Amino acid sequence: MLLYLIRRLLTAIPTLFVIVTISFFLIRVAPGGPFNQERGLSPEIKANLEAQFGLNDPLWLQYWHYLKNLLHGNFGPSYNLPDFTVTELFREGLPISIQLGASALVLALLVGGTLGIIAALNQNRAADYAVIATATAGSTIPTFVIAPIIQLVFALSWKLLPVGGWGDGALLNKIGPVLTLALPQMAIVARLMRGSMIESLRSHHIRTARAMGLSDWSVVVKHALRGALLPIISYAGPAAAALLTGSIIVETIFAIPGVGRYFVQAALNRDYTLVMGTVVVIAIFTIIFNLIVDLLYAVVDPRVRYD
Amino acid sequence: MTELADAQAAPDPEALGRSLWGDAWLRLKANKAAMFSLFYLVAMTLVCVFGPFFSPHAYTTIYPDYVRTPPSLSPYPQQEMIQGALADVTRRMRVDMKEMKQEDGRVVFTVTSTKPFDDRNLRYIDRSDTFDDARVESKSPDGLETVISAATMQKYFLFGTDNVGRDLFTRTLVAGRISLSIGLLAGLVAVTIGVVYGATAGFAGGKTDEVMMRIVDVLYSLPFIFFVIMLVVFFGRNFVLMFLAVGAVLWLDMARIVRGQALSIRRQEYVQAAEAMGVSQAGILMRHVIPNLLGPVVIYMTLLVPQVILLESFLSFLGLGVQEPMTSWGVLISAGAANIGSANWMLLYPAFFLVSTLFALNFIGDGLRDALDPKDR
Repeated sequence: MLLYLIRRLLTAIPTLFVIVTISFFLIRVAPGGPFNQERGLSPEIKANLEAQFGLNDPLWLQYWHYLKNLLHGNFGPSYNLPDFTVTELFREGLPISIQLGASALVLALLVGGTLGIIAALNQNRAADYAVIATATAGSTIPTFVIAPIIQLVFALSWKLLPVGGWGDGALLNKIGPVLTLALPQMAIVARLMRGSMIESLRSHHIRTARAMGLSDWSVVVKHALRGALLPIISYAGPAAAALLTGSIIVETIFAIPGVGRYFVQAALNRDYTLVMGTVVVIAIFTIIFNLIVDLLYAVVDPRVRYD
Repeated sequence: MTELADAQAAPDPEALGRSLWGDAWLRLKANKAAMFSLFYLVAMTLVCVFGPFFSPHAYTTIYPDYVRTPPSLSPYPQQEMIQGALADVTRRMRVDMKEMKQEDGRVVFTVTSTKPFDDRNLRYIDRSDTFDDARVESKSPDGLETVISAATMQKYFLFGTDNVGRDLFTRTLVAGRISLSIGLLAGLVAVTIGVVYGATAGFAGGKTDEVMMRIVDVLYSLPFIFFVIMLVVFFGRNFVLMFLAVGAVLWLDMARIVRGQALSIRRQEYVQAAEAMGVSQAGILMRHVIPNLLGPVVIYMTLLVPQVILLESFLSFLGLGVQEPMTSWGVLISAGAANIGSANWMLLYPAFFLVSTLFALNFIGDGLRDALDPKDR
């Protein structure tokens, strides 16, 4: 197991390297630069700025410098938010995005999972159809519709929640964003859970467990659920990576100072270092969560072994 | 046994064999949700394509008198709006209104001014969105008091207007044209790239397949949205190139599916049998591989179209997609979300159109999957 872990972490290095390389050159070949604003800077100032950030060096040299800094954990300065380094931006925004994303993930897994189990146990009955209908709706309605509707209903009509803002992490401010993030995931988890649970309930060991007179509760929760968890785990991995690194839609609509907004802004402003930082952070999260998924496989399914 | 033998000996001329597609169609017809969705989608398409021609408002026309007007089935202007508009007009004409009354579709009002009334001032009335056909009915001898009459123009805003005063009904339909056509075109681009790429990889096999699929893996591992935004950055905010960009991002799944199918079909017994009977490679491709590939491709395409529409709306929501005054459902929803406190219809109508279309497409996709997937028979 430990050996497997080390091997996986080592293979992550070339993956990260490839991602960093591709995105570095991709953003660099894009037309425009970080200091080409609409109201142009005077050429002298622009030249000075570019010289200061080493943007006039040959591209391979800049790439080399970037890699070297990255290995030292230095993401570099942000070009468009000049008072901040990329690391500082992440140190401020990432905890916020992670809080919202993690709450949404837990909510989605718990509620979605429960709904899925209920649907599977009542297959082709009213409860099942209700769950399927809700899940279809939840996975079809886009977040940029859900979010304003939550604002409209809960904040503007019923005045239960604030319309937006982070409010230093007040509980009420988190409800809207977390719900918006969680609903689509919840729908997908419920669907997956229903499918895999139905399959799991049909398997031989469940029939045996029932034949041995185990209670319904213990059959479902102890035995069937375990077998049904695999698809959920493999879905939850990438979903977690996406949720924890922030969502531009949710953060824009609810005015949350997370890191989800940076990506699009930075790419449009050619804020090279911030774009790269975001790509690296997302890639690291994805790699970590894929690893966790594979490790969890072994925990849940005894047939999976990494020796 | 004898029954079977009889049936084989004398095939019933009436019982014609059903083709794979005929069979699928029958099963699709039995699926109520899918059929209803199909009709809904056709109706939606027709309304979006032809509706704007019948609408009295162009999608670009701005009515300054009707900014953020709530949706209503009865015609505008309403009573208090007439007075408001009249007050506005008289202020522009620099006259004071003394009295007004309304009679069958016209307003008659008396204005007083410090200087004799200049008839050219009437153009201020015609210029407003509320009144038309203004004329001077009578003047007092000194010209300081004038009776003017003007027709009130009736306008319908079924879905209300947006925050510069454009008819939301027309805009929603025009947006539907854009969203649907982007969905279809970009979907086609994605399917074409995906099928060609996947089929090539699947048929070539060996090293070529290996390399081609590794490229797909690498593209997969790049954050998806990064890829889209890079394409937008490269192509600029160009409308047509957007189709291509969106399509070019979504072909990865298609390529994987087609490659997997192509690989598995080539190993099927019926293909081996055909090979053993000396059917040419081209014949196998035409007779066996392509028909069997079509099912998954069609299913995936119907599920891809809503994805594309969603992606386009997402980009437009971020301001990267379709640019004003052209519009798409994403653009409208974005504006609606920004004005949610003051004009919630700006969100609700386009959102309903988008979501119901996505629903219909998903149901059709699911129905097609059930109809075409041989495993579920």
